Amino acid sequence: MRKLGAVAATGAVLALALAAWTRQPSPPAQGGGTISGKVKFTGTKPAMPKIDMTEEPKCKAKYQGVPTEETVVVNANGTLANVFVYVKSGLPGSYTAPAPAGPVTLDQDGCRYHPHVLGIQVGQGLAIKNSDGILHNIKAKAKANRPFNISQPSVMTSTKTFDKPEVMVPLECNVHGWMHAWLGVLPHPFFGVSGADGSFTLKGLPPGTYTIEAWHERYGAQTASVTVAGSETKTADFSFAAK
Amino acid sequence: MIDRVCGPYALWPAVLGILLLPAPASLLAQDTTGGRAVYVKWCAGCHGDAGAGDGPAAAYMLPRPRNFTGGLYKIRTTASGQLPTDADLERVIDDGLPGSAMPGWKGRLSDTERRQVMAYVKTFSSFFADTSQHVVPLKFSSPPGGGTGAAALKVGRQFYDSIGCRKCHGDQGRGDGPSAPTLKDDSDFPIFAADLHQNWRFRGGGSVEDIYRRLRTGLDGTPMPSFADLIDQKFLTDEELWRLAQYVRSLSPAAPPGVRDVVHAPQIAGTVPASPDDSTWARVARYWFPLVGQVIHQSRWFAPAVSGVWVQALHDGKTLALRVTWDDRTQSPDTTWLRFEQRILETVADDSAPPPLKAEPWPDQLAVQFPRRLAQGSGGMERPYFLMGATTDPVYQWRWTSRPRRAFAGLARGIERFDTLSGAPAGQATYDHGEWRLVLTRALATPDTANEVQLEAGRAIPMAFFAWDGSSGEHGSRMAVSTWYFLALDRPTPPGVFISPVLAMFVTLGLGLVVVRRAQRRGARHVS
Repeated sequence: MRKLGAVAATGAVLALALAAWTRQPSPPAQGGGTISGKVKFTGTKPAMPKIDMTEEPKCKAKYQGVPTEETVVVNANGTLANVFVYVKSGLPGSYTAPAPAGPVTLDQDGCRYHPHVLGIQVGQGLAIKNSDGILHNIKAKAKANRPFNISQPSVMTSTKTFDKPEVMVPLECNVHGWMHAWLGVLPHPFFGVSGADGSFTLKGLPPGTYTIEAWHERYGAQTASVTVAGSETKTADFSFAAK
Repeated sequence: MIDRVCGPYALWPAVLGILLLPAPASLLAQDTTGGRAVYVKWCAGCHGDAGAGDGPAAAYMLPRPRNFTGGLYKIRTTASGQLPTDADLERVIDDGLPGSAMPGWKGRLSDTERRQVMAYVKTFSSFFADTSQHVVPLKFSSPPGGGTGAAALKVGRQFYDSIGCRKCHGDQGRGDGPSAPTLKDDSDFPIFAADLHQNWRFRGGGSVEDIYRRLRTGLDGTPMPSFADLIDQKFLTDEELWRLAQYVRSLSPAAPPGVRDVVHAPQIAGTVPASPDDSTWARVARYWFPLVGQVIHQSRWFAPAVSGVWVQALHDGKTLALRVTWDDRTQSPDTTWLRFEQRILETVADDSAPPPLKAEPWPDQLAVQFPRRLAQGSGGMERPYFLMGATTDPVYQWRWTSRPRRAFAGLARGIERFDTLSGAPAGQATYDHGEWRLVLTRALATPDTANEVQLEAGRAIPMAFFAWDGSSGEHGSRMAVSTWYFLALDRPTPPGVFISPVLAMFVTLGLGLVVVRRAQRRGARHVS
């Protein structure tokens, strides 16, 4: 009886693995489903601390007024920017996506990171650029990946890669304690960041039911379950409230 | 019954596991039982049972004990973010980490025990079992010659400025740069930029090779980055990185300061210099006295900011001048460091009731302590209690504060009670790029012989030191303390010391001549 069970279980696992292997879709470059939406913001927009750049006149000169931190950026239309939206689960276990050849650029300009929140695929290059020409160090406080901490004392670009999925890797500069960025590392290309209109779009999804997560550095994460079939477009809106 | 049925079958999963699991041979070979026993006995108190750096003693420490779970290590020979080699870990276990609470274990644990505990510590992080991790020690070049010459140091200083060392370590390297008050480690604990004038406290060692390696590898988990990429990017050459290491090395003394018990105060002609920046001081021997946290009386303080004081003394027969210099990142009170002080208060456990919750703009302070009177006759060396005396047996102290800037004297009757006396030493202080230089002067003899120590030449005068860094939240019992040392005012050499040998020579010569003459006369008589 016991033996039979074990054999059956092994068989089932093998069958599943085989099924998954044979079903393995190549990531549809075009076509596929789309999930898009907006990230709303309710409540009073918090005042962001001003950044004193007196120590760095080169950076200070790049601003008309006094620059502020970018922890919470609420758009003019009442939506929330810098929310990282991505497929958390739902892709077949066997799904693979080769890393794009081109890197994603993170620019240090005016002693702030551009963009403030960004996504990258496992194995894809992260080109870290210093446009300021003053000393920045770039520390990736990764947990699942190995961290790093390198220096860039002048205009230069350094490229780094990440081996494992990790949401999110905090990036920071210790010379300028206000400089923070957030990096989502994923094994697939289905991620986006809410922009100046609060919207995001995830394109080219294979049919399936997905858990979509929206992550914000102060307000935490929310999830939604969305099923897409064929090349249809589904909407998933999120809403974060002021705390 | 159940046993009989299950017994043989129960073994199967284990046997299968061994047969089927492609466990790396190195892991199978490692038995962590021995390492665990050593760890539980000697390491867990600080590093915690699960290696998370959260043992019962951890909360009192700054820097905190290493959290092993992330596989993140400061002192390595590998590139930024890479795991350390076994040899890297062994070195830290063997020799400890200077400037922190981590002692060396070489003399305390056997070779086997140290190797076992090293292997056990690795089990706290899954990264060490991850075979995709490449643990490759970097190849380090040898230092180019001429490292202490002016030309080399000039190149080093040039890169000290151009790669931005001064941002954290400060213009003169005492850890007082503009970014220093904002620094945090990866666990969000406050972290000091190293004082580059105290290489004997560098965690990874103070030699020029050690410094070069830290520049190449960075100190993972801290704000200190790796500068290795700069060589690849042709921003500087390997030799120039060595020059930087040589410059940093040049900021510290050639050898770590030894502790001598007695400060000798030579007597000089004229009057003693009252200014800390008088050129006379450059010719006076200086003595190092280490300070430690005050951990005896509530509230105890385990994270003293001032690690020691340099002391020089001179007298002119009427007045004593005592010059005390010490490194302090801040000219307290300094509002730019208030948030850092707040983070120290939140990080370092405090046993006062209620614990201080809010950072306050405390001044910097220094105290020099003497007995009220020197023991008379040959009555031995009995001294008051070193920790600011006692109610029944007070001590005489000079105190200096940075704000208001003043020096005064009084009797301390324990840490809690200080009664100011009317007589005070004169104090002059300079704050210069992370260093306090203070000169206290006082007449050797004063009218109040009951309370104020009379500074007699030729006597061993007990002396002790206390220091407070206000911006680290230090005040009251939260301070750095020394034990008793001695001050000796040298007597001028009496003129007799030089004249007597000459006199003795002439007397001997004269007597000799007399003897010779007499002998010659006697001889002459015999002949005639």
